[in-house]
Amino acid sequence: MTSPKRPSVFKHKHLLGLEHLTADEIIMILDSAAGMKEIFTRTVKKVPTLRGKSVCNLFFEHSTRTRTSFELASKRLSADVINFNVATSSVAKGESLLDTARTIQAMHVDFVVMRHSCPGTPHLLAERLKMSVINAGDGAHEHPTQGLLDTFTMRDKRGSLAGLKVAIVGDILHSRVARSNIWALSKLGARVALVGPSTLVPRHFERLGCEIHHSLKDGIAGADVINLLRIQLERQRKNLFPSIREYRLLYGLTKERLKYAKRDVVVMHPGPINRGVEISQDVADGPHSVIEEQVTNGIAVRMAVLYLLSGARDAPVPEDA
Amino acid sequence: MTSLIVKNGRVLDPASGLDEVATILIGDGVIKRISGSRESLREQIIDATGLLVCPGFIDLHTHLREPGREDKETIATGTRAAAAGGFTSVCAIPNTNPVIDSQTGLRFIISRAETDACVNVVPLASVTRGQCGEEIVEFGDLVYYGAKGFTDDGHPVMNTEIMRRALEYSAMFDVPILDHCEDLLLSDGGIMREGFVSTKLGLKGIPPLAESMQVARDADLAEYTGGHVHIMHISTAQSIEHIRRAKARGVRITCEATPHHLTLTDEALYNFSTAAKVNPPLGTANDRDALVSALADGTINCIATDHAPHTDIEKDQPICDAPFGMIGLETAFPLLYTRLVLTGHISLQSLVDKLTRGPAGVIHLEPRGTLTEGAPADIVLINLDKEFTVGAEPFFSKSANSPLIGEKLCGRIETTIVGGKVVMHNRVFA
Repeated sequence: MTSPKRPSVFKHKHLLGLEHLTADEIIMILDSAAGMKEIFTRTVKKVPTLRGKSVCNLFFEHSTRTRTSFELASKRLSADVINFNVATSSVAKGESLLDTARTIQAMHVDFVVMRHSCPGTPHLLAERLKMSVINAGDGAHEHPTQGLLDTFTMRDKRGSLAGLKVAIVGDILHSRVARSNIWALSKLGARVALVGPSTLVPRHFERLGCEIHHSLKDGIAGADVINLLRIQLERQRKNLFPSIREYRLLYGLTKERLKYAKRDVVVMHPGPINRGVEISQDVADGPHSVIEEQVTNGIAVRMAVLYLLSGARDAPVPEDA
Repeated sequence: MTSLIVKNGRVLDPASGLDEVATILIGDGVIKRISGSRESLREQIIDATGLLVCPGFIDLHTHLREPGREDKETIATGTRAAAAGGFTSVCAIPNTNPVIDSQTGLRFIISRAETDACVNVVPLASVTRGQCGEEIVEFGDLVYYGAKGFTDDGHPVMNTEIMRRALEYSAMFDVPILDHCEDLLLSDGGIMREGFVSTKLGLKGIPPLAESMQVARDADLAEYTGGHVHIMHISTAQSIEHIRRAKARGVRITCEATPHHLTLTDEALYNFSTAAKVNPPLGTANDRDALVSALADGTINCIATDHAPHTDIEKDQPICDAPFGMIGLETAFPLLYTRLVLTGHISLQSLVDKLTRGPAGVIHLEPRGTLTEGAPADIVLINLDKEFTVGAEPFFSKSANSPLIGEKLCGRIETTIVGGKVVMHNRVFA
């Protein structure tokens, strides 16, 4: 999986998305994450790599797993972490987003991890400020570390992404996870099938080389990986699908339906899951599911991202602990 | 008595078919004579040798923001921006605060223009009181006091019954209703044109249907009522088809296109540029090409800027929160000349026509928009060969929300004359 001319330095200051990364850069992050994951098996799960650096989690949307994951990733690299709570902050007093960010910058923070409901907001910060910006999800645009951890997990299970068939099932239209997955997977040579109702799977993705399916059976046929997305109830109010009941009937992944995919298919979900809706209880907890491994891998991938963005050379993970 | 002479310029007046090197004699604010011969008089003489001399441009769609949002623009700054762009008449869109929906509001605009404006300000009024889409305004009184058209721009009249009555009633005063066509249920909080680019960016899209279905509605309403509907800032290929068909069957329908819809596409949003966030949203290359063809074949009556100033504070926000709109007065001619005329898509005559006679015809502003003897001496002098970088010199508008900053354009406005007086020469105001 290593190409002959691998870059030796990660050249980016920010991680805003996967669209503009090369396949080699993505592989570099995944390789680095593999080293980070090894740290988790140690008695002391901490290295001094980012000692003296500070990371600010700036989340404008509710999040538990991503914020916690970034926090742990930062701490395992010995960075100082602050969590900026938007609800109780000056943002609630009408401060502009850029002013909030400038305030954080004035505190000499090195990394801002940002989540915002509006696409492009991390790009605005990256353009105007000196700090490194990591996109932790911008609306329906990208969620690069989720795309990386999904890809990492697939590679971990299958050895290589090249030639794999990956079916992404659900609300593709509103999903930043889907978009980041599409970029990473297509760059690494996987075949991507998008599956869901016609209202939630835009035809435009065909131009990115994806297959479009409205039948779950066709979409997951022969799949190596099925990545399920959370279906949000609010989409029903917009008439994008008639009911949770019908969604489950058409797209719910059950043990019986798993047989359309490859025998050793890997089932993934970025969480939080709606048990009994997009995924049945037995599949979620069954032998194909790697949902919990994804969470573990998420920390490794985020450590790798922080490490590489801090300007680290492509050195092995530091031994000192 | 002659008071100003513009000599030896290339005088281009599409309305009268004139295109030759000539000299214009101006007195009492009107054009006294156009001749090929040189006069020697004591009056102020402007040497226009090597310059293009055309009727001053007329903009049907200018947001002057006064009263209410003087932090974005005022009648003083907006008309300076107009003069700097070669516009000698601008229609003030009434979506101010308060909305211009009564004689009082209209009189405010007119009196403020008398003291502050350096070009002609043509007042428009709203279609419904407060632009609430419920009760129609006093068309008769407003026309009497000078309203040349009616528009609920920004808050389109969604209720078809009310639009029907507005068109039926306004028809007796022979004034157009200028409609911003947008089905608000279809656009539903969208940020940009729905399509490949919006899908990639994860930004909520506005389907082209949101405009075209309202255009079709308005065409049928105009046909049924005999009223004159003018479609503002048309932006989709399908809307053009509706208008083309309606015109063919004799419906009183006219339309305008903006410089940005004629030259830019939704790809301008790729870097989440809030300066390119505009309503109606920038379309695809297919839409842009259809607009250019429709401009060339006459389906589009005129060019209008939809000059929509916004402060940096508002535009320096996440794209979902930033307001729609971009400024356009100061870049309209150079942008279209560079991107459409120099590339051979339309002729210079056609471009000037759509900035002069075209808009004058829509709101019955004639004899403005032409350089015939007796017409008001509203004239613009342009150096077609002069290249400049947008934003290198500050805008005269109070706002700078232009996606064109940094672009190199050709065709610099040298001199703007309004009512026989030089109001702007070489970026200096009288």
